[in-house]
Formats: sequence, structure tokens, C-alpha cells
Amino acid sequence: MSAVAELPLDLDAFEGPFDLLLTLVLKEELELADVAIVEIVLAFLESHHEDLEVNGEFLVLVAALLELKARALFPAEDEVPFDDLDPDDAAGELAERLAQYRRFRAAAGWLEERLEGEADRYFRLGPAPLAPIPERPLAPQEPQALAGALRALALEPPAPSLRHITLTFPPVALFLERFRAVLRKRGRFVFDKEVDALTRVEQAVAFLALLELRKADEIAIGQTAPFEEITVWRAA
Amino acid sequence: MSLRLLENPVDRLARTIEALLVIAPTALSVEELAAATEDDSERVETALGLLASRYREGRSGIVLEHVAGGYAFRAAREASEACARLVERPVRGLSQAALETLAIVAYLGPVSRPEIAKIRGVAADSAVAGLLERGLIAEAGRDKEGGAVRYQATPLFERVFGLTGLSELPRLDDLAEGAEGLRERLEEVAGRRA
Repeated sequence: MSAVAELPLDLDAFEGPFDLLLTLVLKEELELADVAIVEIVLAFLESHHEDLEVNGEFLVLVAALLELKARALFPAEDEVPFDDLDPDDAAGELAERLAQYRRFRAAAGWLEERLEGEADRYFRLGPAPLAPIPERPLAPQEPQALAGALRALALEPPAPSLRHITLTFPPVALFLERFRAVLRKRGRFVFDKEVDALTRVEQAVAFLALLELRKADEIAIGQTAPFEEITVWRAA
Repeated sequence: MSLRLLENPVDRLARTIEALLVIAPTALSVEELAAATEDDSERVETALGLLASRYREGRSGIVLEHVAGGYAFRAAREASEACARLVERPVRGLSQAALETLAIVAYLGPVSRPEIAKIRGVAADSAVAGLLERGLIAEAGRDKEGGAVRYQATPLFERVFGLTGLSELPRLDDLAEGAEGLRERLEEVAGRRA
């Protein structure tokens, strides 16, 4: 019996060694839902096992128990293997999973022994050999086809169109003059109304002009709230 | 009478095979030897038999062995200590995690990392990476459903472990008790305690 199997447990629902708990769960004499797995973990931690092997075995067993418990709590509707899993199948699944792991652990043990037994076998190791490069004869070629390919390369390609990237900006000065003229005439104006009829680009430039005028302290700018109308008047 | 006439006709083929085995870094199969010598498989096998009697433990420092699905030369075991002073063993000191992962890949391969993790109950990433680096396992395509990379054992694995092939691995059922056995054992323990 391993240290994990003999781990003494004192839970609300169960008192005894870990392997007995497992057996009762497998035989459905104990509801897994009544078992607080955290208490098992705490009991194991308190037993201070430092052996990696023992820790690993415990983790595998507890993980299997947790999975079993989780699946029992949430009626299966997702995966196929656990779809209509009755407790008997679940117990079988747990036992099968543990048995499969044990088989591979035994296989690992066999490999370890084998490796030890073959320790006095030495052989030369090298990179994979290079196979001779196979000849790859070209298919029969037509001189005309080559000439055609060269001709296509020799043609001057058409000049690329730049139409889609032309964007004309009106000069800022245009708007500077315009705004100054409006202010001379009226003393104040609403920016949004003044640029309403302009294109997007022109509006952007007009706004730059507004900033220029503000920087030069020629005007004052007011807005009651963000995104509201911008009112412009002559600086005092 | 010239010496040539006394020569066994397979001798010449045997010498050619000897040469091929010396330059090959991996085991060569009968088919590969037949292709390289442009001879037929049966004669190649006869020649290999001749070489095996010549290159054997106790008679030669070089030993012909049937390994990894083919034939290869190795050092005689009596020379192993001297060999150890000259070169490092190709594989030594595999961790428990690496051995378990290697066992799963050798028996179930091609197998993906999630499948390995499911059996071992823990992630297999670092063990797989270590085995890949040592050349004991290699990628073998992708999983059809999930697309996860699958792995299988390499000829180097067979050579290091002295196996003629993966079929030489012992049956898993012979190594450990199955699910029924485990259940019975648990039930037996329960019965004893009751």
C-alpha cells in the first residue's frame, strides 16, 4: 500500500484511509457530493509528504475525484463520453483512467530498466545522411516561349495612377483673410455656420486659420459645451 | 589458381554492405541495403548473416546488431568503459515525467500533447520539448479534429533502447493490472477493512 492509499482522513462524511474512501465512492456507498475535497487536500498537506512520486499520485487521484464530482454537480450535456454517465460508468471511467495511467507508469519503469541495461551499448551518432541529389531533367523547352516571356518583361509598364491620392488643400491665408473680413463687418460670427457649405478638407483648413487667429490674439473663441457651436468674436 | 575463384560469391556483397554500414549514421534496412548495392534482398540477408558471425561479441570490437528496423554497427560491450571515457552516452538520466511521456508516445504514437496530458493528469509540455530535443520523439503530422501536433517515437529511440522495432515493446497488460484488477484490488482492501 502506498502512502497515499493509507492517508488517514477525518471528514464530516467519512473517517478512514484514502483508499477506503475511493472504494466507497466507486461502489456508490458514499455520495461524492457529501465529500469536501478540500479537506482531503488539507489532510494530505498536513501529512507533509515530500516524495515527488507520492505527491504526483495524490494529485492524479484528487484530480480524478474532482472531475467526477464536478460532472456529478453539473448534469452532463456537453461531451459525448460523459453524456449519460450513470454513477456506475463514472466509477468505471475513474478506475479505467487510473489503470491506464498505471500501465504507462509501468511501461516507463520498463523503459528505465531497459535504458540501464543498455548502458554499455555505444554506437556512432550523426546527422541524417544526405542522399545523392536526384537529377531533375527539365521538360523540353520552346525557344518561342522564352522569347515571349522576355518580350513581356521588356514592355514599359503603364504609369501608375495617382488620382486616388490627390488631395488639394486651400491655403490657410485664404481663411485668415476671410475671417478677418467677416469680423470687421460684423464683429462676431458662428464658426459652424460660416463653414457649413465647405468640404471636409476646407473645413479643416478653416479651423486651422481660426487657431492661427487665436494664437495671434486677434480673436476670442467661445463654446457653451463640447460639440456645441463655436462662437468667434474680435479680441478686445 | 587465383584467389578470386576461392571466394564465396556473397563475400564481395558482404564487403560492400560492410562499407555502407560504416558510413551510415543510422541503422540501414535490408531494403535500403539492397537498393544501394543493386542486389536482391535475399542475398543481402545472406551477406548480413555472414557479417553477423564475423562481427559479434567476443570476436570483434565492432558488433553488427539488428536494431531500429535495420542493421548497424556498434561497439562491443567489453569496450564500453573505454567508450565512456571518450564519448558521452546519447541518452541518460531521463526524469520520471520524461519516461512516462516517452512510454505513452512509444505505445500510442502518433499522439498529441493534450492526449498525453489526459493520461498523465498533468501538462506534458516540458517533457515533450525535452524528448524532442534529444531526438527520441518527432512530430508526425497533425490531429485531424483539433489540429494539435502529434508525436511518435523515432528510430533513435529504438536504437538507444536496443529495440528492433516498437513491436518489441512488452504488452501493456503484461506490465500492469488493468481497470478490473485495480477495482478488484480496491474492493479487496475495502472488504478487509469492513
